[in-house]
Amino acid sequence: MLKISQSHYDSLRQHGEETYPHECCGVLLGRAGEDARVVTSIARCGNTRSDSPQNRYHIDPRELIRIQREGRERGEDIVGFYHSHPDHPARWSTTDLAEAHWFGCSYVITSVEKGQAVVTNSFELAGSEENGKALMDERVAIE
Amino acid sequence: MTKIHIPTPLRQYTGKLPTVEVKAGTIAEALSSLTARHPDLRRHLYTEDGKLRSFVNVYLNDDDVRYLQKEATTVKDGDNISIVPSIAGGRS
Repeated sequence: MLKISQSHYDSLRQHGEETYPHECCGVLLGRAGEDARVVTSIARCGNTRSDSPQNRYHIDPRELIRIQREGRERGEDIVGFYHSHPDHPARWSTTDLAEAHWFGCSYVITSVEKGQAVVTNSFELAGSEENGKALMDERVAIE
Repeated sequence: MTKIHIPTPLRQYTGKLPTVEVKAGTIAEALSSLTARHPDLRRHLYTEDGKLRSFVNVYLNDDDVRYLQKEATTVKDGDNISIVPSIAGGRS
C-alpha cells in the first residue's frame, strides 16, 4: 500500500498536466513501513528522454543522487517514483517493467488525457531478481 | 575511507545498511570490498561474466564512472560512491 497526502497526490498529477503531451517523472520520498510506504515529500525531475518524451521517461542519476542526499538530511528515503502516460492508460507497459529495478518501491502512473489527469494507479515492484520481477497493483491511501 | 551509498532495493543484502565504508584506491577495489563483505550483492550488481549490469549506474561523487576511467577510476578518502539503478520507462 502507498500512503500519500492529498496535496502530494494532486501535485504529482498536476505535474503530468504541465508536461503534457510529454511524460513527466519524479521521485517519492518518505519511509517504508511494514505494510505501507508513506510518502512525505515528492521531487519533480526532468525527463532526459528529449528524443521521445511523449512515450518515454528517464531520470538523470545525478538528479537522483542530489534528491537522495537532500532526503537523507531530512530523514527521508526513496520509496518510489512517478510518471505520466499522455493519452494512455495508467497501467504499466512492458517498457515500464523492463526498466524497473527498484525492488520494493512504488511506481505510480497517471493517465493524462487531453491535458487532464484522469486515473492514478500505483504498483509495487515485487521480486528480488530481474527474472521473475513483477509490477503488482497496490492500494493508494490518500490521507 | 570511502563511503558507498546503497540504494533501497539492495539494502536487504547489506543487513539494511544504507552506506558501507571501504578503504580502496579505485572503484573496482571499492566494489570488490563491498561484495566481499556482502556477497549476496554480487549477482545484483554484476552479470555472470563479471560485468556491471547495464542498468547499474556507479557515480563517484557527481560523475558517472563510465565517463571517467570506469572501474579503474581512482578513489580517495572522503569520496562518495553512489550505486544508482536506472529509473526509466514509458507508456509503450
